[in-house]
Amino acid sequence: MRRVFVLIVGAGRVGSSVAKAALAAGHEVSVLDEDPLSHERLDSGQPTSWEDAGGRFTVGTALEMDALLEAGIEEADVFVASTNGDNTNLVIAQIAQKRFGIGRVIARVLDPARAAWYAEQGLETICPTQFAITEFERALGVGG
Amino acid sequence: MYVVICGGGKVGWNLARELIEKDHEVTLIEQDRRRYLIIEEELEHAVQYGDATELWILERAGIQRADLVIAVTGDDEDNILICQIAKEKYLCERTIARVNNPRNLQHFELLGIQPAVSATDLILRLIEHEVPQYGLVHLLDLPAERLEIIEIEVTPDAPAASRRVQDIDIPDGSLIISVLRAGEGFVPKADTVIHAGDEVLLVLDPGLEDAITAQFAPNGGAPRAG
Repeated sequence: MRRVFVLIVGAGRVGSSVAKAALAAGHEVSVLDEDPLSHERLDSGQPTSWEDAGGRFTVGTALEMDALLEAGIEEADVFVASTNGDNTNLVIAQIAQKRFGIGRVIARVLDPARAAWYAEQGLETICPTQFAITEFERALGVGG
Repeated sequence: MYVVICGGGKVGWNLARELIEKDHEVTLIEQDRRRYLIIEEELEHAVQYGDATELWILERAGIQRADLVIAVTGDDEDNILICQIAKEKYLCERTIARVNNPRNLQHFELLGIQPAVSATDLILRLIEHEVPQYGLVHLLDLPAERLEIIEIEVTPDAPAASRRVQDIDIPDGSLIISVLRAGEGFVPKADTVIHAGDEVLLVLDPGLEDAITAQFAPNGGAPRAG
């Protein structure tokens, strides 16, 4: 796998896990989150601190242009929008696409309807709710 | 006209009230249950409960037949999303978005959300007009038409001071349209002499501000007494 620069906005359970996996896989990883304490999630379960392992961490809100620039959005090859707000993710994903021309942009969207519609518009969306629905339906032997 | 208003804060509620008064059909969408119940006592069926960024909530409010969608929630992301979905999914031709944080205006512009109205920006403009810190004040910007109207107070050390309009060296693409002197405005002629202390209104192509400032208030202009 080619080494790429991955920018992850939102270091909750999903964002921090993906960040750690990407760093372990040898990629360059930068994480942006508005909560300084979310850094702990990046350190947890690791033998060294996030920075010692080579990761970057920036504190700032997702829509703040200065924060995105500081986190390295101009160099990013891959952009992951994984804050806890669907609309925030959809807006910053489009900024990453349209303003910064990032080749691969992925947004987490909890609402299946919005995830589906924006996917139709050409945005790569991941919808955890839809996964849960599908799994429950399979477990119950109902639905598709 | 059928208007869907998203966000029942002070702006949304008052807009709804005014539009209903003008005999428009209005649906206001508010996601906070308590706030919704308060508004419902006054607006009754014209207010609906729900998150206006959910497609089924918008559909229940009849967004498909809306002539105008106004997004005035306290969240800029939500306002962007609502207008984008209204326009691109439901083909609503007219939207108006509120910008809460003026720094987010660039995101609205990038995604083609307009008009985007920022109360903070409007008030800032008014403050600049009342108490200009700099010599040059923007009165009107029409970026799409590439036109602006500015006001500038002539400083005593300005090249334009005590000169006739025809002798003032202003760049092509700018024109003096009015002079305010001693509280009265008039349209100057070619031989009108401009005095220090005059407030001069110019119409110009964007980007000529520096050349204009150099002629009328080269040192930025002193703050005017309130």
